[in-house]
Amino acid sequence: MTQAITAHERDAVPEVTRLATGERGGAPGITSEADRPPDPQELRDDQVDGPELTARLAKTWGTEKGLIGALSTVDHKVIGRRFIVTAIIFLFLGGLSAVVMRLQLAQPENNLVGPDLYNQLFTMHGVTMMFLFGVPIGEAFAVYLVPLMVGTRNIGFPRLNAFSYYVYLFGGLMIWVAFMRNIGPDVGWFAYVPLSGPEFSPGKRADVWAQMITFTEVSGIAIAISTVVTAFKLRAPGMTLDRIPLFVWAELVNSFVIIFALPAVVTASAFLLMDRLIGTHIFNPAEGGDALLYQHLFWFFGHPEVYIIFLPATGWVSAIVVTFARRQVFGYIPLVLSLIATGFLSFGLWVHHMFTTGLPQLGASFFTASSMLIAIPNGIQIFCWIATLWDGRPVFRAPLLFVIGFFFIFVAGGLSGIMLASVPLDTQVHDTFFVVAHFHYVLIGGNVFPLIGAIYYWFPKFTGRMMSERLGKWHFGLAFIGFNVAFFPMHITGLMGMPRRVYTYMPEMGWANLNMISTIGAVLFFGSFLLFLHNIVASARRGALAGPNPWNAGTLEWAAASPPMPQNFDRIPVVTNREPLWAHRDTLPVVAGLSVENREQIVSTVTAGRADLRETTPEPSIWPFLTAIATTILFIGSMFTPWAFVWGTPPLALALIGWFWPKPSTEDEK
Amino acid sequence: MKRLVPLLLIVTLALAGCQGWQSALDAHGPAAHTLANMFWIFVAVLGTVWFLTMAALLLALRRRRPVDADPLVTDPGTEKRMTMTISVAIGLTLVTVITFTGLSYAAQKVLYSHKDGALTLLVTGQQWWWEVTYEDEQPSRVFTTANEIHIPVGEPVLIKLEASDVIHSFWIPNLTGKMDAIPGRQNQIQIQADRPGLYRGQCAEFCGLQHAHMGIVVIADTREDFERWRDHQVSSAIAPNDPERQRGMEIFLSRPCIMCHQVRGTDAGGKVAPDLTHVGSRRTIGAGTLTTTRGNIAAWIVDPHGVKPGVNMPTIQLEPDEVQPLASYLEGLK
Repeated sequence: MTQAITAHERDAVPEVTRLATGERGGAPGITSEADRPPDPQELRDDQVDGPELTARLAKTWGTEKGLIGALSTVDHKVIGRRFIVTAIIFLFLGGLSAVVMRLQLAQPENNLVGPDLYNQLFTMHGVTMMFLFGVPIGEAFAVYLVPLMVGTRNIGFPRLNAFSYYVYLFGGLMIWVAFMRNIGPDVGWFAYVPLSGPEFSPGKRADVWAQMITFTEVSGIAIAISTVVTAFKLRAPGMTLDRIPLFVWAELVNSFVIIFALPAVVTASAFLLMDRLIGTHIFNPAEGGDALLYQHLFWFFGHPEVYIIFLPATGWVSAIVVTFARRQVFGYIPLVLSLIATGFLSFGLWVHHMFTTGLPQLGASFFTASSMLIAIPNGIQIFCWIATLWDGRPVFRAPLLFVIGFFFIFVAGGLSGIMLASVPLDTQVHDTFFVVAHFHYVLIGGNVFPLIGAIYYWFPKFTGRMMSERLGKWHFGLAFIGFNVAFFPMHITGLMGMPRRVYTYMPEMGWANLNMISTIGAVLFFGSFLLFLHNIVASARRGALAGPNPWNAGTLEWAAASPPMPQNFDRIPVVTNREPLWAHRDTLPVVAGLSVENREQIVSTVTAGRADLRETTPEPSIWPFLTAIATTILFIGSMFTPWAFVWGTPPLALALIGWFWPKPSTEDEK
Repeated sequence: MKRLVPLLLIVTLALAGCQGWQSALDAHGPAAHTLANMFWIFVAVLGTVWFLTMAALLLALRRRRPVDADPLVTDPGTEKRMTMTISVAIGLTLVTVITFTGLSYAAQKVLYSHKDGALTLLVTGQQWWWEVTYEDEQPSRVFTTANEIHIPVGEPVLIKLEASDVIHSFWIPNLTGKMDAIPGRQNQIQIQADRPGLYRGQCAEFCGLQHAHMGIVVIADTREDFERWRDHQVSSAIAPNDPERQRGMEIFLSRPCIMCHQVRGTDAGGKVAPDLTHVGSRRTIGAGTLTTTRGNIAAWIVDPHGVKPGVNMPTIQLEPDEVQPLASYLEGLK
């Protein structure tokens, strides 16, 4: 399949063979590590070939067997797989809590769950879907796919990446264990003060919420940094900025949004914890604090959060549309610019969550304008995808069906968002079921449908086996109908005056029928996911073997084996086109000269994607796992006593020292 | 009673249709009309946009390239046509959002330009009920009630919104949009009803355990009826003259009830819970949880946490034969 590039092809790909030949690389006049002639003692990948090369690289890059090996792994695919599976388990838990809520609301004055459990349920639903599923699932796909798509062997900062996963896992476990023990947070996923403050939420429930934020944000920011570094510095030679797959662009912009948005909510939750635990009065109006400051901090994160959930989905949609339209994407540059514009605009919208708090009117209407303006980049994306399909030859497989579902649902949600952007209209529908309907159209339409499509699409890459197409079509039909039956009536329920977050309502309100319909739809929708689960489990065991490129797609991840070997690629591909596998149907040009005995990667230049350095990437290590444990002890302890900062810091410091201890191993020598 | 018949008729009619006494689309005031009209304009335009986009998608899915076409080869003519089409579509989107922003700002101006009202109320959101104070230049005509607002028809009424504990949101959908009541701040909102009727609302900002049971009703009356009601509310409670209610009053005044509740004209002067001076004249108790009947009052006193779990009212120890007189006394506070 792959072969080394021959001399006459060098004009097309000017930088490719330098590593093999020892010619000068990098920018003119700058001496770089890559200019060193290869160590003659070390086995390089142009000296072995075929199965021997594959086997030797797999040994170098592999994960050791056993528990310690599993916890020490730094392979982005192993971590990514765990990440995806964990996020999907949380998706099911969040969905389950929603079904219980829907059953409670099916009839007026129902007694299935009381107010206390109901408040915990909707808080857990929101927290799980936003922090434990929505943000991590996009990052999880980045962890697995970005290194493959940019043609490298591991993610940038692989140990940090492993650490992030464990911190995320422990944070998620903490909040669900707290819920099982009936100390789950009950103040909503937004935890507004003063309700979540020390006076109105005694006990540990609000602390569990605030500390869970800390866990997921530490994890989120760390992965975002790894993703940015991978996308900027680890691209295969020849992958210039305009050859980066749209999925990678989406994850890159997403990572920047994460890096800038999450600190605001960490600030909000840290201030809240301080108010609760050490008696500061930052949000206490009685002592000169301000309750609205919290909302500004929270929504300065909270609105970008919506785009953090949506941006990776645009990457999934782009990948699926291109592959199944059998045509390269229409409007690559406008699509990339739209992603970037969405990223910037997402920081200028937060006040539209606060239109009813009595802010100055002119200021509020500025946010009307900026909120409506987001329709422009999103419109460009939708139109470009439709144009790609228009000029393509659509192949109707399950992934494309879910993307079509995405169009129907997401566009409807986006348009009802225009109504919410208007200050006057928002005063009627804010905090009602209309908003519940709106954002489920946006988030389920904009994230979950593309996600399901993405799972059907990349499942063969993850597992080497195809998912059942027949079950996939049933799944789609059931999910599409169930979703709309559940959520469309909520628009009307909200306009008829039903506020959000009520555990019951009286029969004379006239909301009973609509709520019953919503509940039936919700059960149907959840049922479609059970079908999905069955499909995943059955296909992972008995699905048809996929081969490297079952969909005949064009991006680099499909050049790797299914599932990929630990080294991803035997030789690093050279990119000459945005869709390398379509441009080189039989043989992919590759670059040779990397070590076979050490974990060596190519570091390339940011814009031109020119091979710049050979650099070793970290070996497996248990320290990230131990550091995550120490972090968890510190975070959980600090919910109960400020002394946790005293006795919790030394173990963390020790773990970090262990992690960063200079090692006399080959990796730093070479 | 006569006044109640048309009132009940309105309520029944509203409930029978798809409209409702707490519906944003069943506008009964100028602000709600503006908002409902604007809503339908948005629905029409945005609905059209949705249909056109989906039509384009479906058409796109029906088209076919030749089977053997190279996915990387594109036709310059097609590319150009698609670029033009998308540019026009984006241009139209821009015009739409600019128009909507303008429309929105104009409506905002109308909505928030508070006219000098005949009446100013101070509404304080509390877990989980509404305290309503009718302000007046004459201090003797200021009075406080709970969970029920009476207004004269056709006149703008200014409402100052405050909160004493957590954030609440005041919302009477048939009359206008909502406004938050935030501790440490005061917001203002104006309501006006076109015709007599009963308009329900409830707290719209999650405020804890009983957020679901924090209702309020606005009753719009003719000016004369409203004045009659107000004159009555200003007055103190009249001491009962039948023996059962007299006993009930004694029980009320000798129990912890008076620590929180006020009944003007008696020694009960608590300020943290709803004013009960004319509780018998209000339509509901427990902020819209139960209709005001003797039986419901008795149920509420005996087991407030069974009716409204988590409510701040404690369970008061009463002898079985004390419940009936006490409920009877409170029901008689018309």
